[in-house]
Amino acid sequence: MAPVIYRNALNCAPAHESPHPRSRKGVGMADHALTSPQSSPQGSPKQSSPWPWFAGVGLALAAWVLVYSQLIPASEWLVSLLPVDRSSHLGSALAFFFYDTPKVILLLTLIVFAMGVVRSYFSPEKTRALLAGKREGLGNVMAAGLGVLTPFCSCSAVPLFIGFVSAGVPLGVTFSFLIAAPMVNEVALGLLFGLVGWKVALTYLGFGLAVAIVAGWVIGRLKLEGWLQDWVRNIQAGTAGPIPDEEPTAVDRIHLGLDAVRDIVGRVWIWIIAGIAAGAAIHGYVPAELMVGIMGADAWWSVPAAVVMGIPMYTNAAGVIPIVEALIGKGAALGTTLAFMMSVIALSLPEMIILRKVLTLKLIAVFIGVVGTGILAVGFLFNALFH
Amino acid sequence: MKDVKVLGPGCKRCEATEAMVKDAAARLGVDVTVEKVTDYAAIAGFGVVSTPGIVIDGKVVHAGGLPKPEAVEKWLQG
Repeated sequence: MAPVIYRNALNCAPAHESPHPRSRKGVGMADHALTSPQSSPQGSPKQSSPWPWFAGVGLALAAWVLVYSQLIPASEWLVSLLPVDRSSHLGSALAFFFYDTPKVILLLTLIVFAMGVVRSYFSPEKTRALLAGKREGLGNVMAAGLGVLTPFCSCSAVPLFIGFVSAGVPLGVTFSFLIAAPMVNEVALGLLFGLVGWKVALTYLGFGLAVAIVAGWVIGRLKLEGWLQDWVRNIQAGTAGPIPDEEPTAVDRIHLGLDAVRDIVGRVWIWIIAGIAAGAAIHGYVPAELMVGIMGADAWWSVPAAVVMGIPMYTNAAGVIPIVEALIGKGAALGTTLAFMMSVIALSLPEMIILRKVLTLKLIAVFIGVVGTGILAVGFLFNALFH
Repeated sequence: MKDVKVLGPGCKRCEATEAMVKDAAARLGVDVTVEKVTDYAAIAGFGVVSTPGIVIDGKVVHAGGLPKPEAVEKWLQG
């Protein structure tokens, strides 16, 4: 089964990872300080000094920049080593592959690390407190933004939904959060930025947030609280005391960033390679006219078809985007391919199945309808803008 | 004897947390009953928004993500 990557899922570390503080390669920091409880009888464990960690991160960044800058010459050199004519289909496909694979992996690592650190400043509890009682409109905007920044595991989707709704976060606002979270994920953004350009990435971000805000607002206006499952409405959201505030230290934050990298890149790299290989094949072999015919902007039905195709599909953004890039490079309309991508990611079947526990089928249908319409609109707009 | 509840619908992290708690209790020799709570309504009843969560003697000590082992030990000892 295709591994599902939507942003929230990325924070669910697989249990085969040791639950003990991870020992980091390369930085040489003694982990014994973190694993010996006897050293601090009062309670809070001694933390290792952050400076070696900061130095390590700095060095890693410098190395990153160095490698990134050498990608084009390196890939060309690799192709020249093979008995292949550079200007042939195969040569062009290979160059694309050798260049894009490390590039994508590098970008992904950087972005995932950065987002992991940023997310350590947020928590679902804080977000819930921020959103409770906010009126619609402003609440939808905040929720969409927070949806991008709050870490949560997809298995928490239901507790989170319930927790939000019963704490007084309006239904529509909660939906804005839940729509933004998977759609505007840093994997998709990073890859778009690296493969297609910052303008497209930024527009995707803007439109993704817009869809989340407007869809959530519309659902809120429809006053569908009655369409939640009965038991949800009957919940007494008690608290067994205030949730303790476990504020991470700087070193903790770096750990979280590294965890995210190991988790996400570790799961996704195979799909990236497969996706880029497919993209390389398209890049080198599929004639441009064919693409334009199927997915060009002139075929008005291409946008709705793309959205509909995306609904039952679930795959990860990483695998899809290199294909997206190759398609666009061959003349497929930007709006259509992005609508497809958004549909695949935002209208994901597994998340729907999880939410089925709290939402009635009617509400799920409304959800699909509203978000699908939003994506359609985005698709047509993109086509019009970037024609 | 401490009453420990591990809240989580059954993803790997929640199971890992339960294992951590049991390990720590065994290591420290603390007497505990560990109960895994997977029912969403019950989890929500504790006010926990992100799983895995840990409740000890009725008090929520942790919510969201894998806890650190030394933190688990601190809670069990406290």
